[in-house]
Amino acid sequence: MVCLLVWGFGGLRFETSIGTGYDLSNSVFSPDGRNFQVEYAVKAVENGGTAVGIRCKDGVVLAVEKIITSKLLKPGANKRIATVDRHVGIVSAGLVPDGRHFVSRARDEASSWRGVYKGPIPTSALANRLGGYVQAYTLYSSVRPFGTTAIVAGWDSEAELAVDGQVGSGPSSGSGGKVEGAKGGGPGLYMIEPSGLYWGYYGAATGKGRQAAKAELEKLDLSSGNLSLADGVKEAARIIYVAHEDSKDKEFELEMSWISSVDGPTKGRHEEVPKELREEAEKAAKRALEGEDEEEEEKMEE
Amino acid sequence: MNHFPEAWGRPRDDVYGAYDHSYLQTTGPKAHTSSPAVTGTSVLGVKFNGGVVLATDNLASYGSLARFTDVKRLRVFGSNAIVGFGGDVSDMQYIDRLLESIDIRENYSHHGNMLNAKNLHTYLSKVFYKRRSEFNPLWNHVLVAGYDGEGEPFLSSADLLGTTFSAPHLATGFGAHLAVPILRRLFPEEMPLEEVSKEAAIDALKQCLKVLYYRDARSMDKYSIAVITKEGIDIKENEVIEGQSWAFAERVKGYGAQTK
Repeated sequence: MVCLLVWGFGGLRFETSIGTGYDLSNSVFSPDGRNFQVEYAVKAVENGGTAVGIRCKDGVVLAVEKIITSKLLKPGANKRIATVDRHVGIVSAGLVPDGRHFVSRARDEASSWRGVYKGPIPTSALANRLGGYVQAYTLYSSVRPFGTTAIVAGWDSEAELAVDGQVGSGPSSGSGGKVEGAKGGGPGLYMIEPSGLYWGYYGAATGKGRQAAKAELEKLDLSSGNLSLADGVKEAARIIYVAHEDSKDKEFELEMSWISSVDGPTKGRHEEVPKELREEAEKAAKRALEGEDEEEEEKMEE
Repeated sequence: MNHFPEAWGRPRDDVYGAYDHSYLQTTGPKAHTSSPAVTGTSVLGVKFNGGVVLATDNLASYGSLARFTDVKRLRVFGSNAIVGFGGDVSDMQYIDRLLESIDIRENYSHHGNMLNAKNLHTYLSKVFYKRRSEFNPLWNHVLVAGYDGEGEPFLSSADLLGTTFSAPHLATGFGAHLAVPILRRLFPEEMPLEEVSKEAAIDALKQCLKVLYYRDARSMDKYSIAVITKEGIDIKENEVIEGQSWAFAERVKGYGAQTK
């Protein structure tokens, strides 16, 4: 009875969720078709450090702005980008422990895929399974949705991979021939939201500075597929610095990882961007920002 | 034909007698693998100044049939460890997948795979011992090569019983009988490791492979050889035994059609 009374009151002002009662339980729709718990989870994401992913022609790059919450934390420790299998990286914005659980699930999925198919999981299949997993957390009143939006980056090998445990390649002639010069694989970039919604992206951004980051990503013309991985690393660093402009008072650390094609620098594996390369990209990013400031000042003077 | 469908298609009791159910036991001890099926023969290994070299031929036999002739029995683990497999090939594939999953798990850490050959050998010998204790052995004899925790060259063997053994030069299977005496002559016990060059070690293994090809009927002349140094792993998987001379075969007597 009490519940009914509260709902009846809320009916007068359903444009907001507060006081309607529809925002208290997961998996319950409001009369206008919204799940407020999911929307609150999105709010948690919007407070997290900015994370971006860029799909380049010969690889994928991930970057995250790691706000330094205490001077007592060891620089470079407490990584936020995780490796799944060998060829996939995941970064998330929002609640860090939720992100860790998400990564743990991704690793289980990748490993079980290998158990069945004796090969690496395609990035699209991993994104699909993770999307399904996150979505399940919007269906039950006993759980809450993930407070994270995750960016999943991977490189599906374009070379012919041996089956796990394969010992020979069989006869080079005869039946069961292979298609000459057939090519598959390539870069993959997906973003999974607290609702379980996921899309494939050319460039993805989430977290506090996502608006600025998305504006910068759109300028890169990623859909034409011309951006190289080396340039992608520089752009990702610059975009994180641009996105950080609004919370300038807080110090941050830049963490970056990449996955190149099989004949590229990481040989199809997900790895941390080497320190020298990252520092070079950071220097360039700072220079670009200072350049912008000067231009603005010049305009002001005019 | 009678009116008992459960008996249709079965031997008639009035002709053959009742079925003896002792043939189909549902209780009693469970039988696991009690012999290997498709097998690889010898694995050879020699330590030298600054590294280890490992060699196997590329054959997998089905009994005495030379069944698969392009089999890679040297398996790379991480950045500087190699396992050379003798014995059952399907069990080798199982162990290879096991090691692959370990390598993937180790790479979750941003330090990468920190396991060295010594760690790997300890782990493998415990897997073997556990399985033999369950009366379900992995039918292999392996050599593990690489570096230990101090960065010194490491070479050790582990077998299907979980037995471990270490020496500056090792061989499994037929090689334990035919190659080890040659290696002991070439690299005597009093000879320090510093005096064994990489070239001498490789050359010694090539000699042993040739002798094994002459005398081991489950071997072949195509082989793989892996050299592990601090610079990394140099693995060649399609080598051929050179300078063969079968002249001695004329004088071999005492079996087959030629009995005198």
